[in-house]
Amino acid sequence: MAHRTTSGAVLMDAICLHDFPGGLKLDPRKSAQTSRPISVLPTPARVWIPMLQHRGKPALVCAEVGQHVEIGTLLGRADGAFSANVHASLAGVITDISPRIIAHRSGLTSQCVEITASPEQPVCSEFLLEHDYHLEDPNILRRRVADAGIVGLGGASFPTALKLTAEADQSLHTLVINGAECAPYISCDESLMREHPADILRGVQILLHILQVNRCQIALEEDKTAAIDAIKSALEEVADPRLKLCLVHAKYPEGGERQLIQVLSGEEIPSDGLPVDIGYLCHNVGTAHAIFNMVCEGRALTSRIVTVCGDGVANPGNVLAPVGTPIHDLVDYCGGFADGDHRLIVGGPMMGFTVLNDQVPIDKGTNCILVMPESQARELSATMPCIRCGACEEVCPASLLPQQLYYHARSDQHDRLPSLNLFDCIECGCCDYVCPSNLPLTQYFRYAKDQLWLNIQQQQKAGVARERFEQREQRLQRQQQERDEARAARKKAARDAAQKKADIQAAVARAQARKQTEGKDP
Amino acid sequence: MTFVQAPAPHIRKRRSVKAIMFEVCAALVPAALVYVYFMGPGLILNALVAVSVALACEYAMLRLRKQPVAPFLGDGSAILAALLLAFALPPLTPWWVTATAAAFAMIVAKHIYGGLGFNTFNPAMAGYAVVLVSFPTELSLWTAPYGSGVDASHLSVLQSIQVVLTGALPDAVSWDQLTQATPLDTVQIGLTQGVMLSELFYDPALSHYGSQPWIAINLAILAGGIWLLARKLISWHIPAGVLAGVAISALAGRILDSDTYSPLMFHMLSGSVLLGAFFIATDPVSAATSRKGKIIYAVGIGVLVYSIRAWGSYPDGVAFAVLFMNMLVPLIDHFTIPRAYGHAR
Repeated sequence: MAHRTTSGAVLMDAICLHDFPGGLKLDPRKSAQTSRPISVLPTPARVWIPMLQHRGKPALVCAEVGQHVEIGTLLGRADGAFSANVHASLAGVITDISPRIIAHRSGLTSQCVEITASPEQPVCSEFLLEHDYHLEDPNILRRRVADAGIVGLGGASFPTALKLTAEADQSLHTLVINGAECAPYISCDESLMREHPADILRGVQILLHILQVNRCQIALEEDKTAAIDAIKSALEEVADPRLKLCLVHAKYPEGGERQLIQVLSGEEIPSDGLPVDIGYLCHNVGTAHAIFNMVCEGRALTSRIVTVCGDGVANPGNVLAPVGTPIHDLVDYCGGFADGDHRLIVGGPMMGFTVLNDQVPIDKGTNCILVMPESQARELSATMPCIRCGACEEVCPASLLPQQLYYHARSDQHDRLPSLNLFDCIECGCCDYVCPSNLPLTQYFRYAKDQLWLNIQQQQKAGVARERFEQREQRLQRQQQERDEARAARKKAARDAAQKKADIQAAVARAQARKQTEGKDP
Repeated sequence: MTFVQAPAPHIRKRRSVKAIMFEVCAALVPAALVYVYFMGPGLILNALVAVSVALACEYAMLRLRKQPVAPFLGDGSAILAALLLAFALPPLTPWWVTATAAAFAMIVAKHIYGGLGFNTFNPAMAGYAVVLVSFPTELSLWTAPYGSGVDASHLSVLQSIQVVLTGALPDAVSWDQLTQATPLDTVQIGLTQGVMLSELFYDPALSHYGSQPWIAINLAILAGGIWLLARKLISWHIPAGVLAGVAISALAGRILDSDTYSPLMFHMLSGSVLLGAFFIATDPVSAATSRKGKIIYAVGIGVLVYSIRAWGSYPDGVAFAVLFMNMLVPLIDHFTIPRAYGHAR
């Protein structure tokens, strides 16, 4: 129901006109974290700043050991379009640059810059805009977003500037600000909205200016009352008619871009397309806040709010921490690990991945550190065969048939999987969650996707090799033919020469013979 | 400090295969109580024989197939199949008939096809179909329910055990005194003799809804089925589809000729349509998987049940209908892949 407030901003309550198929109602488990305000992590002794914190290629290190840096000094330069700049998150001295294990699903290592903190923490504010952002050319602001190393803070870490490019605004009509934080435990966006709603809205306005769009839907789940109230009062204060608050049902995975846009618009993003294909663009509230920080504070993206939670930590909470802080420091700050075996999960309980140890640094995409006692976690063994009960199909937000996918993936019949739309799987984990046989379905799907990608790559490689082989064959054939022809020509020439010689000799012999007879005759 | 490594997701709903199977078994309890009240202890004897033979065969097959015994023997699937078999068989079925059905269900229908999750055919119905064609006489001897309004003798518990164990009746009791045609039998026999339905239903024991004991048993089955739906142990697509299939056919029949085609409620409440709709066709392993597929599969069962009853030689047709549709499941699955997110409508 929409109602016009006195200030003119249109607020919309529960405009849940649409729904997405499947999904889960999960126990939010957020109260322990959100009962306290965001706390600021005391300056850690050192940070390890990975060069790979985003989709795409790692940034190229452009600093050296021994260099003194401020917060915001450039450490790594983006390597290509899909890469992002990396800045120092602490002021101090660079003491080491070496590969370390980073917070990555595949346990990758990346070049990490170690900064040992100095007592003073000066901040470099090179991105500060002296004048009103309205006066700035959107293209220049886009460039700055890239320079400030801003990536999507919702977890995917896609370089934000790429989602602000000129191609985007061709058919673009609506900016969606994603405040639907549907995974259990994670509450960094919620706490940000509660405590900094005005900054977020300012960031949103800057985004609208960059994109030259006049319509923005800020999506929040209806059960986050404190965040809703904060955003509502900030909206009234801003009184910007372009901004609308949209409340959506709390259902996992509502925060998924495709699901959220489906809920807001009733439309689906084409399977092989992007939101902009149907005129939408989605940015996370944290990203909007990072834009605000860049334009109004001049700051590069060097810190983020991390939800530190789970029954394995004593005092869960939302902590503002520099990028590169070891997980150990964060957990320590929140009261340390409880006794017993834990899973140390980066991300939420549905899609997060476990890391080997607590010396792994957080990055720009680390929204949550979940320490889950093993006793509460899903057991690894004890799987049964699939009984085709269809519970997975009922919860799949992409309307896939997980049990059919599983059947083929398990028997390595990967070529059958694309026709069952494997690549539309968003790996939300809903099917695993409900599976009575406790099958690691998502794991199978991830594996199958990797295998299929490898196959495609191999096929491409094989194609190139075949082409090369065929070209070589042709070349050899051509050369052979040329050689044969040359040989034949030489032979012919030799034969001709011999014939000529023989002819001449014969003529000479004839002449001589004639001479002799002539000489004798008279 | 080391941490446990595991793939996402890290939480799950606590409902195992075992829990599902035993909850479905539990949903049969009200029907079993009503059944025993009207038909005597035969069902329990059937169940004891069927469950023990099924578990023994399951154990033997697991050992032969070198599968882990404990998780599979305890998963409840064999017990559920055996209980459904016990419901399908007449109350005083000799033990070897029940045992044959249970053994066939477990050894051939389940384990030869690959065990839990891989059986093409519903094991209980496969077992039932085998004994239905192998022991037609034994399977036609339905004891007269208490309170059916017919003057019939009833056996004591001890005598019932004796009959099940030996197949022979106590002295001075004949099958004619004990048994009574089921409502479906009555109608089928009547129709083949050229009697009109209106005449058949003139009998006070046989209303348009069937006979009272059978109605009561079927209502108890319906209650269990509704509980399964409420607990989300089954999806509504299959029971709704089966009932719709029967209903559409029955109504069509009534419109065509109300003297030869029985009324809708008679079809619903006599025989095993409700048991089939809620407990048998919903066996997930042998049913179609997608929502659309489930509806096609279920409506097919409903129409086939009606067709067998109306034009076949068997009075009831749930078993054959389910087995026939089981065969079509791969085909149905192939043509009912749902439209995935973001694909053209």
